[in-house]
Amino acid sequence: MKILIRNGRVVDPASGRDEIADVAVAAGRIVAIGRVPPDFTPERTLLADGCVVAPGLVDLAARLKEPGPGALESELAAAAAGGVTSLVCPPDMDPPLDEPGLVDMLKFRARKLSRCRLFPLGALTHRLAGVELTEMIELTEAGCVGFSQAEYPVKDNLTLMRAMQYASTRGYAVWLRPQDPSLSAGVAASGAVATRLGLSGVPVVSETIALHTILELVRQTSARVHLCRLSSAAGVELVRRAKAEGLPVTADVSINSLHLTDVDIGYFNSDMRLTPPLRQGKDRDALRAGLADGTIDALVSDHTPVGNDDKMLPFGEAVPGATGLELLLSLALKWGTESRLSLAQTLARVTSEPVRVLGEALGSLGQSAGRLVEGGVADICVFDSEAEWQVTPDALRSQGKHTPFDATSSGTRMPGRVRHTLVAGTLAYSAELARSSDATSA
Amino acid sequence: MLARRNPQLNSHGELIHLLSIEGLPRAILTQILDTAGTFLSVNDRDVKKVPLLRGKSVFNLFFENSTRTRTTFEIAAKRLSADVINLDIAKSSASKGESLLDTIANLSAMHADMFVVRHSESGAPYLIARHCAPHVHVVNAGDGRHAHPTQGLLDMYTIRHYKKSFHELTVAIVGDIVHSRVARSDIHALTTLGVPEIRAVGPKTLVPGDLREMGVRVCHDMREGVKDADVIIMLRLQNERMSGAMLPSAGEYFKSYGLTEDMLALARPDAIVMHPGPINRGVEIDSRVADGSHSVILPQVTFGIAVRMAVMSILAGNDA
Repeated sequence: MKILIRNGRVVDPASGRDEIADVAVAAGRIVAIGRVPPDFTPERTLLADGCVVAPGLVDLAARLKEPGPGALESELAAAAAGGVTSLVCPPDMDPPLDEPGLVDMLKFRARKLSRCRLFPLGALTHRLAGVELTEMIELTEAGCVGFSQAEYPVKDNLTLMRAMQYASTRGYAVWLRPQDPSLSAGVAASGAVATRLGLSGVPVVSETIALHTILELVRQTSARVHLCRLSSAAGVELVRRAKAEGLPVTADVSINSLHLTDVDIGYFNSDMRLTPPLRQGKDRDALRAGLADGTIDALVSDHTPVGNDDKMLPFGEAVPGATGLELLLSLALKWGTESRLSLAQTLARVTSEPVRVLGEALGSLGQSAGRLVEGGVADICVFDSEAEWQVTPDALRSQGKHTPFDATSSGTRMPGRVRHTLVAGTLAYSAELARSSDATSA
Repeated sequence: MLARRNPQLNSHGELIHLLSIEGLPRAILTQILDTAGTFLSVNDRDVKKVPLLRGKSVFNLFFENSTRTRTTFEIAAKRLSADVINLDIAKSSASKGESLLDTIANLSAMHADMFVVRHSESGAPYLIARHCAPHVHVVNAGDGRHAHPTQGLLDMYTIRHYKKSFHELTVAIVGDIVHSRVARSDIHALTTLGVPEIRAVGPKTLVPGDLREMGVRVCHDMREGVKDADVIIMLRLQNERMSGAMLPSAGEYFKSYGLTEDMLALARPDAIVMHPGPINRGVEIDSRVADGSHSVILPQVTFGIAVRMAVMSILAGNDA
């Protein structure tokens, strides 16, 4: 299908391009930016006056509620509605992604939906039990872009070292969330708020001890490691030093840790029950600064749909996690504005930078995903940066309706609204279509 | 983020639930203590009843076992002429897999007027208060490590009874503060009522430095902690803390932080010794001190009934 996106503000973070231009799309690729050939006859024209035309977002952490009735459909629809055209999902499904057949099936089902590209992480160990390595070569051939234990611990440092050695033999990336299991049993960040509320704490040393261990093993094995969901100022500092040293590490932070602190728990609001837990103001400030200066490479939604029954519980019993795919763009824009960054710099953290984190794992797609280039793949997000919206359960396509940014508790208005999302040159989401189909179904 | 309104107060600033001492104005604490004073005489009468809650149903919802606290709430409610229904939920619905909010919805349908809630999770009474019918009042009878506001209030009643005023007192709270809902409620109440020096005394495993942000002086030395104190509140050391990584042994704990007559001699000559009970003789407190002339542990229990009557009668008089 030939699509013309007319008169939008084209922002490509990787090249720094920021200008009003037309974008022509055909056969899944961008054929022209700016000088559209006169003989280009679009089957569909998207008027983008006043809108930003950006690369589709690349989210390095989104759970899909798999297996669950209609879950893949709803969550990939949520991704498209959020302008996310590629997402990485961790392997902690049931069963965990520890066999190529499971990865094949998941990728096949996602492709059929053609809403969003899906890049699974394979389980680092069989059943995520932290003991035996999975068949990483076969899993990579099936489409895994890295290996992860999700929230599960590796049995001991010997096993972790072996896993990193083996992965690095083939140059596979190992994705680890730095947490010491014995120090991570709490339900809130250690500190004055947890002490006052009588909630068990997760101390910062849970993150820093794990980081020290991982970084030592990176020095030992030269494994390529991506550090997931940093939560503390001390953690950011360790990553900064590791990068200065030249270690092959990258890192991300979640939208929740970027905007919230433990004070937001308020009167035991279980929507604030998250993993990693929300920490203090100085941690949030360091995470924001680290994302701005590139110490932290990517901003992720950490999308984790949690049902009502699992959230309407006392704080400590509530299942951690929040919906996020549809909030990623808005919360990136909010951070960028508050940090006085340009739109291109802001969007880089959710487009070109996460693609750089994925690196060679994306294959040829890595050349143009997260970017807007002629001849490149047409994964595009068109959004109105001036529009505002409020997060309500009805406004979300995800089955996960719980988020700390729920308008009824936060009162926050979200900047930026997605108008169209193109994945491989086809319209995966369109606000106009969504409105008219909502009207029909009503 | 937008701060939620204090869920304990209605739009007129009146108490509709008692969930925590934190965030309650001094006037409300004083009102409860004054009202409790008027109920003390009821307890001395031949017919120990007043009709303030006649026709009302008070449900004691104990998701965690506690015979003593439940009994004092039951006595308080009965002296106010309420119908009292005791539900030992630890042994019934929860074990059948019913969710907390389903239990609450079912009991609300039985026309409850007040829930007295004990739960092992910090914050559980907030969830109940948020989701119960608007006319139902919730009293927190202890949630996790978070709060035990009626214990805090009866401690304040006891202190005021013996010391008359709060403004020049030094109060030492000794023991397992990190796991203690009583300590947290006491600290908030003492702070609100204007006590100038509140000390939290114990080893670093049980008395974290973060407590300073609640306005207390942290003391890891017992002698420093009780020196010249007007009030010493001893906390119960739970069995599960007596060995393991928190403390090496009950014996070593008693040697370092047990309240003996020698230790007590460091406090003011007219110091009072309090304890929320049940006491562990020879673990946190020496029997001679527990039974001695400074001890007000049994009067605390008596005052506790009057304080709980005061809380319930005030709540019943306020609409959401």
